[in-house]
Amino acid sequence: MQKQDIIKSFKDSLFTGLIALALFGPIVGLRTASKGEGLFITPQWGVVFLLVGLCILGRFLININSARRTEFKIFSTLSSKFSSITEDKAKHFAITGILFAVVFPFLPFTDRYFMDVAIMILTYIMLGWGLNIVVGLAGLLDLGYVAFYAVGAYSYALIATTFGWSFWICLPLAGLFAAFFGILLGFPVLRLRGDYLAIVTLGFGEIIRIILINWYEVTNGPDGITGIPRPSFFGLPFKRSPDEGEMSFHTFFGLEYSTMHRIIFLYYLILVLALITNYFTLKIRKLPVGRAWEALREDEIACKSLGVNPTNTKLTAFAIGAMFGGFAGSFFATRQAFISPESFTFIESAIIVAIVVLGGMGSQTGVVLASIFLIGITEIFRDLEQYRMIAFGGAMVLIMVFKPKGILANRKPTILMHGDKK
Amino acid sequence: MEYFIQQLVNGITLGSIYGLIAIGYTMVYGIIGMINFAHGDIFMIGAFVALISFIIFGLTGVALPIILLLVLLIAMLFTACYGWTVEKLAYKPLRGSFRLAPLISALGMSIVLQNYVQVSQGARVKPMQPLFSGGLEFFKNSEFIVTVSYLQIFIVVLTIILMGIFTYLITKTDLGRAQRACEQDRTMTALLGINVDRTISITFIIGSSLASVAGMMFVLYYGVIDFYIGFLAGIKAFTAAVLGGIGSLPGAMLGGLLIGLIETFWAGYVSLEYKDVAAFSVLIVVLIFFPTGFLGKPDIEKV
Repeated sequence: MQKQDIIKSFKDSLFTGLIALALFGPIVGLRTASKGEGLFITPQWGVVFLLVGLCILGRFLININSARRTEFKIFSTLSSKFSSITEDKAKHFAITGILFAVVFPFLPFTDRYFMDVAIMILTYIMLGWGLNIVVGLAGLLDLGYVAFYAVGAYSYALIATTFGWSFWICLPLAGLFAAFFGILLGFPVLRLRGDYLAIVTLGFGEIIRIILINWYEVTNGPDGITGIPRPSFFGLPFKRSPDEGEMSFHTFFGLEYSTMHRIIFLYYLILVLALITNYFTLKIRKLPVGRAWEALREDEIACKSLGVNPTNTKLTAFAIGAMFGGFAGSFFATRQAFISPESFTFIESAIIVAIVVLGGMGSQTGVVLASIFLIGITEIFRDLEQYRMIAFGGAMVLIMVFKPKGILANRKPTILMHGDKK
Repeated sequence: MEYFIQQLVNGITLGSIYGLIAIGYTMVYGIIGMINFAHGDIFMIGAFVALISFIIFGLTGVALPIILLLVLLIAMLFTACYGWTVEKLAYKPLRGSFRLAPLISALGMSIVLQNYVQVSQGARVKPMQPLFSGGLEFFKNSEFIVTVSYLQIFIVVLTIILMGIFTYLITKTDLGRAQRACEQDRTMTALLGINVDRTISITFIIGSSLASVAGMMFVLYYGVIDFYIGFLAGIKAFTAAVLGGIGSLPGAMLGGLLIGLIETFWAGYVSLEYKDVAAFSVLIVVLIFFPTGFLGKPDIEKV
């Protein structure tokens, strides 16, 4: 490397430092804090200088690196490794993954915390797979998916608390309600193009949330619904002391009572629900309607001229996606036993979309990897509560910048006319 | 009648704020065809910079007009840095990528900015003592007195001045010409020797500065801000941009006014709780019935 290069990159780094100073100076450096009446400024220049220093150093290293033309080697090898996971490798991966998921609750290191995280990841995987039908297959960006999740959760909660029906009756009803809402929203808006559709669905998500907050008579407003019945194991409740003349899970099987039983049951429940979603998606992709979705995603005009009705086709994708969102919502309601509008904010939609897009739109395995990665990140940063969302958003930007097609891009049509041309 | 006029005045004030944010959306959409999802958060950062500078200058005891001018310039400068950086980091590498990539990246940026401000400034709402007091009163004899506060006059006048400067910039200067050329055809513009990257950067800088002015007005008008204001304001401003016809600059201002009025009248006459629903419903209805908005150009899909 030449001396000029070093000087040049040094100057460039200083400029970066200047910008960083302007960015962090006022917002980080001058913290506003309330003291008595009004606000006062607490300076924290130390942090600013640290951040600015890091920016200068980082920029300088990047400059030197790019001057030497050695790219980020780790990143490119990693990404090419991921891309090389082809269809049949993905199959092995899937089988190992499912086996692992099945034995997971009985592994020696698995404790309550791991189970909770695993249930959460599986919920997101299910939501991701549900949304994948809409975003990945049909190519419709839905930023309000959480609305269907909320509709599912609330309809489950309301039906279960009002009529006292069991989980297995309420679950399909909740799914149907969510699908109905999907059609209700989809019908007018599906004519819109990509980003317009995104914003309208976002607005719809917010409308649902605002209604949930303000419709006291039905939804109990911001206080939410409490006392949602827990699911039972085919009629056997998970209770320490069952009612007179009733068996509970542990007495029936002659086991010592443990709270883990219910958690393990919930874990398998969501695992099965998620796998059903996956199986359904894999099958429907090969049916005419699934192929029409993929075709619409690639070229709407061509589809129209070949006689595919875009509105109906999109509507089925929307409704089916919404239905799986509703199923996941019922699961969420029964797991938490308490729901409130707080759980259905826009950020949830953003997380689900991020999982689908980062996983590589249309790739089922990608959704799994992205869920583990993103939820894992927020869990690792759990102790740094405030920083986890920064890490999350940052990961979204970085993956988009370095791998805009997602971790596993899968845009290949599921069925080709003359077999797979390689 | 008096109540109606009062709502009208409030609506126009609110509309000016939305209009200024909407310009940022419409300009960026016009030039690179993406929804800059982080723009609402840029507005929020502008509001914070303005709040911080108001506190600092409030201690020095300088005369109010000078404070206002200084805060205006400072907020524009620092917020423009944010707009510029966001574009460089999150959007520029994605130019020419598939359509949803920049949108996702913008979504990520929006999450980052919100939480960054939450971490660095705290999650609590930030109240500010009012700087302006008093106003003009009309219809003094009737039961309901219509008040037009000096602050409202300031906001509307400032908006008109900025719009004047901005229109001049876009229609009369070389910069504006380059900007409009880039909107039409980026490749051709580049062939004609215009630095397209720089023009796009400048677009972001202008959009962010206008959003920061809106942020300053928001601080003055509502007196409280928190890190979350950018989301709702951003969505409403985007609605305004779509309503006026996305890509059209006068349309953004017109749309802003309309959204401000709709929201105020809805809150005044229908229900306060559902005022945000009004804005979203307008968005949905507009997109379904006039997808090109009032002043937008029809969008022809080509094969």
